[in-house]
Amino acid sequence: MSETKETSVAEGKYVGRPVLRVEDGPLLRGRGQFIDDLPEKPTTLHAAILRSPHPHAEIMAIDAGEALALPGVHAVITGQDIKPLTTPLIVGFKNEMDYRGIALDRVRYVGEPVAIACAADRYKAEDALDLIKVTYKPLPAVVDPVEAAGDDAPVLHPEQGSNVVSRRVFTHGAPDGAFAGAPHTAEMTVRYPRNALTPMETYAIVAEYLEDSAMYDVISNFQGPFSVHTVMALGLKTATGKLRHRSPVNSGGSFGSKLTIFPYVVLMCVAARLTGRPVKWIEDRLENLSAANSAPNRVTTVEAAFDDDGMVSALRFENWDDHGAYLRAPMPAPIYRMHGLSTNGYTIPNLEVTNHIMVTNKCPTGAVRGFGGPQLYFAIERMMQKIALTLGLDPLDVIRRNLIPAGSFPHRTAAGALLDSGDYQKTIAETVAGGGLDELKRRRDAARAEGRLYGIGYATAVEPSQSNMGYISTLKTGKEREEAGPKDGAVASAQVMVDALGSVTVVGDSVPQGQGHQTTLAQIVADELGLRPEDITVNLETDTHKDGWSIAAGNYACRFAPAATSAVHVAAVRVRDKLARIASQNLNVAPEDVEFKDAMIRARDNPQNALPFYRVGGLAHWSPLSLPEGMESGVREAVSWNAPELTPTNANDEINTSLAYGFAFDFCGVDINRDTGTVRIDHYVTAHDCGTILNPGLAEGQIRGSFAAAIGATLFEEFVYGEDGSFLTGTYADYLVPTAPEMPELSLIEPTVHPSPFTRLGAKGIAEGNQFTTPVCIANAVADALGREDITIPLTPSKVAGWIHPEEAPPPSDMPTVKAPPPRKGRALSGGGETFVPVPPAEVWRLLLDPRTLAQVIPGCHELEQTGENAYRAVVDAGVGPVRGRFEANIRLSDLVEGESIGLSGEMLGPLGSSSGGGTVRLAARDGGTAVGYRYDVHVAGKVAAVGGRMLDGAARILIGQFFEALIRQAGGGQGAPTEGWWRRLLKAMGLAP
Amino acid sequence: MKPAEFDYLGAESPDEALDALGRHGEDARVLAGGQSLMAMLNMRLASQQILIDIGRIEPWRYVRADGGVIEVGAGTTQAELLAWPDLAAKAPLLAKALPHVGHLQTRSRGTVCGSLCHADPSSELPLCLAVLGGEVVLKSAKGSRTLAAKDFQTGMLSTARKPDEIAVAARFPVARAGTGYAFEEVTRRHGDFAIVAVAAAVSGPSVRVAVGGVADRPMVREWTGLTEADMADALNGLAWEMGGFDDIHATARYRRELVRRIGARVIEEARTCRS
Repeated sequence: MSETKETSVAEGKYVGRPVLRVEDGPLLRGRGQFIDDLPEKPTTLHAAILRSPHPHAEIMAIDAGEALALPGVHAVITGQDIKPLTTPLIVGFKNEMDYRGIALDRVRYVGEPVAIACAADRYKAEDALDLIKVTYKPLPAVVDPVEAAGDDAPVLHPEQGSNVVSRRVFTHGAPDGAFAGAPHTAEMTVRYPRNALTPMETYAIVAEYLEDSAMYDVISNFQGPFSVHTVMALGLKTATGKLRHRSPVNSGGSFGSKLTIFPYVVLMCVAARLTGRPVKWIEDRLENLSAANSAPNRVTTVEAAFDDDGMVSALRFENWDDHGAYLRAPMPAPIYRMHGLSTNGYTIPNLEVTNHIMVTNKCPTGAVRGFGGPQLYFAIERMMQKIALTLGLDPLDVIRRNLIPAGSFPHRTAAGALLDSGDYQKTIAETVAGGGLDELKRRRDAARAEGRLYGIGYATAVEPSQSNMGYISTLKTGKEREEAGPKDGAVASAQVMVDALGSVTVVGDSVPQGQGHQTTLAQIVADELGLRPEDITVNLETDTHKDGWSIAAGNYACRFAPAATSAVHVAAVRVRDKLARIASQNLNVAPEDVEFKDAMIRARDNPQNALPFYRVGGLAHWSPLSLPEGMESGVREAVSWNAPELTPTNANDEINTSLAYGFAFDFCGVDINRDTGTVRIDHYVTAHDCGTILNPGLAEGQIRGSFAAAIGATLFEEFVYGEDGSFLTGTYADYLVPTAPEMPELSLIEPTVHPSPFTRLGAKGIAEGNQFTTPVCIANAVADALGREDITIPLTPSKVAGWIHPEEAPPPSDMPTVKAPPPRKGRALSGGGETFVPVPPAEVWRLLLDPRTLAQVIPGCHELEQTGENAYRAVVDAGVGPVRGRFEANIRLSDLVEGESIGLSGEMLGPLGSSSGGGTVRLAARDGGTAVGYRYDVHVAGKVAAVGGRMLDGAARILIGQFFEALIRQAGGGQGAPTEGWWRRLLKAMGLAP
Repeated sequence: MKPAEFDYLGAESPDEALDALGRHGEDARVLAGGQSLMAMLNMRLASQQILIDIGRIEPWRYVRADGGVIEVGAGTTQAELLAWPDLAAKAPLLAKALPHVGHLQTRSRGTVCGSLCHADPSSELPLCLAVLGGEVVLKSAKGSRTLAAKDFQTGMLSTARKPDEIAVAARFPVARAGTGYAFEEVTRRHGDFAIVAVAAAVSGPSVRVAVGGVADRPMVREWTGLTEADMADALNGLAWEMGGFDDIHATARYRRELVRRIGARVIEEARTCRS
């Protein structure tokens, strides 16, 4: 195997140099062409989507009458309108879930589409949403993937019968024997949270239905894989050729998320067909955070069998992979993409993996940078540290001795991955030396001597790139695979063209979202044709009607560096060979003696014997008759490239899940603040052997970007759900993405690279490595600092402080009442208090049961009618400060004990969200008046819970305060402004005044 | 995230703004920097029939020190106050706290008075006004009145401002010689809403401390002649009295713990930086 320090590419070439990005000029000047920038037809309608405020509920009725009466509103489309024009959207295994991208008769997560309003502009469409009345019957929700498998858990899809939608056990080698014979075993359970990477540009679609040709014509920022194009066409009950999909010049980031735009493409296609107009939908940030995409959260129990030296003989995983309310293609791909790497870069020969694919009342999952790797490596690398601690060994020694030895590549892992190249020990040695590990250990010792909480962590990861299109079939049994037919490979398509005056155009299928693909492809083609990158035009817009594409096309799983570049390289070489043959006739040398340099094609031995590049290219257009005998006219090479190493899953469930495998090694030091629990990254070192580096600037950008994203996942980012299924992180004030001040320094080591023998240029992917290593590297360092095993990310200061602070000081002994509220379960508001009303209990009782008084004391009430015995319907404008919304409330009174107590229960629903709950009110005679005691327990869901979390407790107290203030006024105790005495007492009771 | 329809009035003068507000009352909302209001309107958490924009009323854009008081006009942005050359000398607490208010971008639009009127329980400026014992000047077409900080903010997002009044100025007492001032807050990221923010003014044996982010408004306490142990007890009492609350960023217990730990640190810092 070749081994070079910098790159395997020869001197004088563009590949391997940090060529500046051709993409940046227009982007930095605000001239990018994103979908929302494109001109739209004057008849275009704008869509807005009404979303469920409930985590789980039956839809009893949808009344769009008022919305449709609004001028400018053209249509309100529900699941029942979508149903006849679609079929359920398929996934890679047989199941009974009916998923169409919009709720049919039941909602299963907060944010699920319920109706689509199409109007003359987005403002009117959102006005319409506020007027659509949906009647829900709430159902119990489940959000924990392990609980969801329990017998008493609510079942999301009754037709499916269970929340465990797929379960498979894989055995590679002889794990049972290895565990039985091992001197040591260890077990630990880790939980990986829900998170994503959020792009600047959200989902964007313009869909049109061309009635004459029965054609759906769509432009969207869908990223592929284009296997999902078939899912969309099947869902729309149309031939794939009748779904034309185009992507624009620019897509503003994705990090995987723009795969799962596809259900919305189906919805907007149907909306366009039903309205007879083009329909445009631009997702907003509230929608994006609550309902676009998430990585699956996972609970993993990992067991290891090992000897006295820490050599691991077997691993056993039990995975509970949580995919939210529905599975969307290609889910549950992340866990299967990593199957071949279940033993990371270690020589562990025996393996057992049990995968439970779970549905819960959360947003459905999709692709997120890292795609199954962060979850897997968090478990393995935490376990490697535990093995070292168990034996009293250095964690890095345990890592080193288990890694695949140098010189044994290609290496087949226990689960079938064919690791192509590398020298893992050398990468570690170079990183340890270059990154200053010895100095870091001295810093740790010094910090600890000062009493600080300082720890060091390590992590390794094999970085897969270019997915095998067959790996998802691993979740089927061998028999099911046999019936379905083989699935394997990963085709990349490209064209390189030379026109009549020698201009070179490259077309590819990589659908970039800002990565710099145009720059890199121009470097590759320029090298082959003796031109400069700026001479090459690279067009990566896609059009399924005009481009060569395959099911693997798209931008995901580090596909670009190994595959997209290979296809372009093959096409460029074919163009060069053709031009060399043409030139050789005129130069009177053999084609293999022709070289391309400085826009000239010339005889290698005699540079004076030369022709300009454009003349040779032009000849193929201007004079086909002068071409060598049998040669086709024109210069246009279309290539469809595939890697034969990507074989299908075999009968033993072994699968080479990816084509090329890089290697990453990180170590870091963390310093934890004893007062605040803040984890400060003191020193962080990362190294990546990613084979041939095509453009060092872009490679470094990918590493730094992935590191920033991983810092987010480790310290800040989590989609939080309450136990009741409410969604609590609907804005960037709650879903925290790191900004510049939060980013630690990154020490980036450039280790010796080991080019892949399986890709044309030896390149491997590099964009995901720090998603794999950084979370667990920091977790290992925190475990080292705290001497603690159970480390769950994100490492919020409050969580870490809970681990390190001693028992809390008790309240002062003279403090009369302590208002420590019970721990919160999601967005449940619980509380209680007591207030005094200056009339006797009988009078308070009369006031509370009189609908006319009730209407006057409920804050913001302007309609109240009795709907039955002790049942009321009210319309209230509830709010605090400027935040205000209209709600329809149904309130029921129960357990009435005259003059003593009332039970209350009910639901409220409005554009701001929903709430349901109950409470009790107790009356007792005191000092000639009444002591009114109350307790409440209310669940809040929808927009207000998603965006207003930190205000809700305060808001509840204010509304209750207003209620009693009004009641006291009604009782004649206040007479206008309440007296200072009443007022202060009331505020004190509410906790609003000292 | 598109707001419901509203009317917009770009007031050119104080009278125009006050007259319009007098006419529209509760149907109107005053727009200054818009850094909280516009987000709420776009998310449709709030809707208003008319916005009265006071951002172009020049007479309301000023910072001046006069008779022991720094007065900040309704149109003055947080960035303008931070850039006021006398700030560090005359209002060291504001100089320490203002960089924590949002980000450069939001400070360049957001106003000092707007932040006080928004009355977010975690905001730094209401906390500073409270611990310094400042005032807010309210004006309507009918007249004007001045409220002490403790009477102005009545709760979460709530103030004693009447619907026809504009907070035309905030008044912060000029720093007194011999008094030390300190500020610290704990946030998840720079510029986030404070989980706990503490401000203190210490003069001789007298300690005035305010805590934000825990209750529905800044809680102010004044203690005199406390020993170090007494101080720890007092902060513990304050922590338990406020109680705290759980949200996705922090537990109630964490908030109480920060009141004790950050509180002690801020008071000590204020004590040592007395001029």
